[in-house]
Amino acid sequence: MRELELYFGPQHMGMVGNFSITLSVEGDKILKATSNPGYLHRGFEKLMEYRTWIQNFPLVCRINVIEPDSMEMVYAMAVEKLNKIEVPERANFIRSVYLELARVGSHLFGLWAYSNMLGFDTAAQWAMYHRDLILDLFEELTGARVYHIYINPGGVRRDFPKGFKEKIVKTLHSIGGCVPDYNDVFFNNRVFYERASGIGKLSQGDAIKYGAVGQTLNATGISSDIRKIEPYAAYDKVDFNIPVRENGDAHSRILIVRDEMIESVHMIFKLLDQMPEGEVWNRTPNPFKWNIPEGETYVRVESSRGELGLYMVSDGGDKPYRVHFKTPSYNNGLVILEKLLKGANIADVGNIMISLYIIAPEIDR
Amino acid sequence: MKNMKGSLLKPFKAVRFLFKKPKTLRYPFEPKAPALRTRGFHINDWEKCTGCGNCADICPNEAIEMIKIKELKTEVGKKNERPQIDYGRCCWCGLCVDICPPGSLKLSRDFFHIHFDTKTFVFIPKDERIDKEHFFNGKDYSILKASLIHRKKDYDGYTSDFKYTLFNPERVPMPEVKPEERILSFIEQVIGYNDEEAKNEAERCLECKLCEEACPAHLKISDYIKAIYEGKPDESLRKIYEDNPIPAICGRICMAHCEDACSLSIRGESLAIRWLKRYASDSIKDYKAVLEQNIVKPNGKKVAIIGAGPSGLSLAYFLKLQGYDIEVFDALPGGGGMLRIGPPIYRLPLESIDKDVDYIASLGVKFNFNTLVGKDILFEDIYKNYDIIYLSTGITVSRSTKVKNSDKCILALKFLKENKIGKRQKVGKNVIVIGGGNVAMDTAREALRLQHIQYPSEKTIIKTISLEDWDIMPAKEEEVIEAKEEGVVFNPGWGPKEVVLDENGKIKGLLCMKVKSVFDEKGRFSPTFYEDKELFLKGDMIIEAIGQAPDFSFIPKELFEKIEFTQRRKVKVDENGQTTISKVFAGGDIVNINLDAVTAIADAKVSAEGINLYFKNKKQNSK
Repeated sequence: MRELELYFGPQHMGMVGNFSITLSVEGDKILKATSNPGYLHRGFEKLMEYRTWIQNFPLVCRINVIEPDSMEMVYAMAVEKLNKIEVPERANFIRSVYLELARVGSHLFGLWAYSNMLGFDTAAQWAMYHRDLILDLFEELTGARVYHIYINPGGVRRDFPKGFKEKIVKTLHSIGGCVPDYNDVFFNNRVFYERASGIGKLSQGDAIKYGAVGQTLNATGISSDIRKIEPYAAYDKVDFNIPVRENGDAHSRILIVRDEMIESVHMIFKLLDQMPEGEVWNRTPNPFKWNIPEGETYVRVESSRGELGLYMVSDGGDKPYRVHFKTPSYNNGLVILEKLLKGANIADVGNIMISLYIIAPEIDR
Repeated sequence: MKNMKGSLLKPFKAVRFLFKKPKTLRYPFEPKAPALRTRGFHINDWEKCTGCGNCADICPNEAIEMIKIKELKTEVGKKNERPQIDYGRCCWCGLCVDICPPGSLKLSRDFFHIHFDTKTFVFIPKDERIDKEHFFNGKDYSILKASLIHRKKDYDGYTSDFKYTLFNPERVPMPEVKPEERILSFIEQVIGYNDEEAKNEAERCLECKLCEEACPAHLKISDYIKAIYEGKPDESLRKIYEDNPIPAICGRICMAHCEDACSLSIRGESLAIRWLKRYASDSIKDYKAVLEQNIVKPNGKKVAIIGAGPSGLSLAYFLKLQGYDIEVFDALPGGGGMLRIGPPIYRLPLESIDKDVDYIASLGVKFNFNTLVGKDILFEDIYKNYDIIYLSTGITVSRSTKVKNSDKCILALKFLKENKIGKRQKVGKNVIVIGGGNVAMDTAREALRLQHIQYPSEKTIIKTISLEDWDIMPAKEEEVIEAKEEGVVFNPGWGPKEVVLDENGKIKGLLCMKVKSVFDEKGRFSPTFYEDKELFLKGDMIIEAIGQAPDFSFIPKELFEKIEFTQRRKVKVDENGQTTISKVFAGGDIVNINLDAVTAIADAKVSAEGINLYFKNKKQNSK
């Protein structure tokens, strides 16, 4: 049979985001896959070197459209660590609640992408609707639906509006009430099982070898979560579980997404109960005269897709000297995707790719 | 896991959703109300906006540009510029809202803009109160009308919150001697910032330069504050000396017009510009080594300056650097003029004055102290022997209330002068000060200290009466507060009627009458009283501090007649500081109505330019 080269994406129905894969196929079988990022390259890391510390704060969130919040968090943490800024206790709790809401919102989006790609349009539409409810919460808290620009160095930008706690509880209850419906229609659907189980199977050894993070790693039976390893915000104040599965295939990864969402909702309720009163922001230096002492730092958070790191260097000036993001989609989307696609069917390309939860803008930062 | 593989039939449960009402909003018929904090298009309250440009400076996308608005006037603390926003660049982050010092810039809940013309995406936000034409009531608004020029009224979204402003509204507190301690001696009340405090205070500056326009002498304030922030007081002092040669003095007693204009003062406390100037001058021990100023080759032109006050000193400095031959005459034993005798030692120690004066003298300016023009040297001789005469004699004669028996009272200037450079005066146990200005405050607080020193364990009283009520009290607010802290009793709204004497001819007290109004309808000073409402204040000493007048008795009659005066009895000068006699220039309190040091410096700057121009024109005419 003849070997063909097939361009998959970036304009492709099964492809989410500006990303493409070049496939070498023989019939239906993939011999070799090459990831092709770069369609969304905006040079964020370089841009940040030309903006002052405060001007970077509205910029970093744009690196990731689906979950901008963990980007804000990791930047705020790096600045706080370099400049030794304290964060008020209440702000830590608000940050945790906000990040968990973002995780739910991001997972719902991921669920939409995955179920839509598989053809489960009903579940996909539900997920999109429920994500919108989360966005309504963000709109009320921060004034924007997608780029919230909320976690700024020193705390958060504004306190909860009046009655916001109750609103979170109400919204999450209404989404949580639909979990049985989701289970019936999607997660416990035989078609989903048949379509996803055994697809894109990654062994534990390979997961460690290729640096898998997030669901991809946890689906192979390893329990790993930055919120536990290096607690930040208020994660050391609450008890929560890390969903782990053994099979390492697309099915396990998507079920972990569901379990994480449920776990996040429980965590939000616990955090809201424990949330102290008080200030939410410690004033940062005058933005026009803000110089951060010379130094370098590496901070990391658990984003919805796994470990997100930021390495930042200051030379004592008013702008960062060097910024580098270690994004979860980078490992999952380039190395692991190429490996998992080898030997798979063309019909499973989207399946594998989206189950790895790849978000292209993160790779092209 | 009971059934990992899942069910084939259960998914069909979703069919029941076909019979439910859709969750989707039928937009635009069912519009969705934006949240209260929505970050939509900008609204700017033009009346509050100062045109400081901080929004343009912080914008990460350079979407904001400050545009000159012709209809607006530039006034103290306000520029005639307003922000213009390019919505092709704006990212709605709201940093401009959080930095806005007056809090005039807000984001609205409008976020639709539909237009064929891309030029409409660049626009100058206004506020509905000014722009009634384009702001609709909610019910008149529809998506069809949605655009930048058609907006909803009262639709504020993300607004400035004082708790979350990016600027720091709180001043670094100035360390001061406590009131109970400072009234016992003449120790300088303000201790001064240390390096760290000065740096922290300097960090608050937003560099909007509203202060520089408000300062009569236009000091490069944001530059010297920045130098302090960078830990370079020497650089700061060099910047100050470009426009102000008496920083140690001004750093203590300047009226600080700049601080009134400071954009931080609108909602918070203004930057302590005066204290930072004081820090810059105090932290440099030897001006000469730091300033390294070179004097250009002498040009042989002789200038006589009469009066070594701030105006005279400044002119001497400015002209000396340009090579003029300067001689200064002053009746007092040292430089500083009114500042040498007026502000008490706890506000302005003599060492600080001498520090500034000594530097000017070290440049080669010749000072003739203890020389009263008209007595020790005749004005005619000066007039004959010098190319230019600069009058900066100030207002040196205290006015009296001229009420019955007022000859028994003491005049404030005499009192202050004697205490500062002569012998300490004996004060009564119950002193009344007449006046509500800064001199009255100085007098009262000075007398209070003397009382505590002279009657250590006895009860003593200081009272002030002033025509002006609290709201129009001419004294600076902080001075009134400090006087109150120290125990001065105020009686605002009362005017003196008669000094009451006892049978021995000694002062028994002051009879006062209630003030009806201080100013007439044209705003001129013309007090009226209720003759029947009286108040008797007991006292054994009365000091009058109701203002001063200039003394021109040293000028011979034939010359004096040539000098013209303005309606407010000030020496008339043109835009170059030149009086109606061509070789006589004037500045300071005899010219301006602000009656403060920094305006006197400004006058000197004008005259320095004017004198250069005078010689330039003369040279051209002689050719």
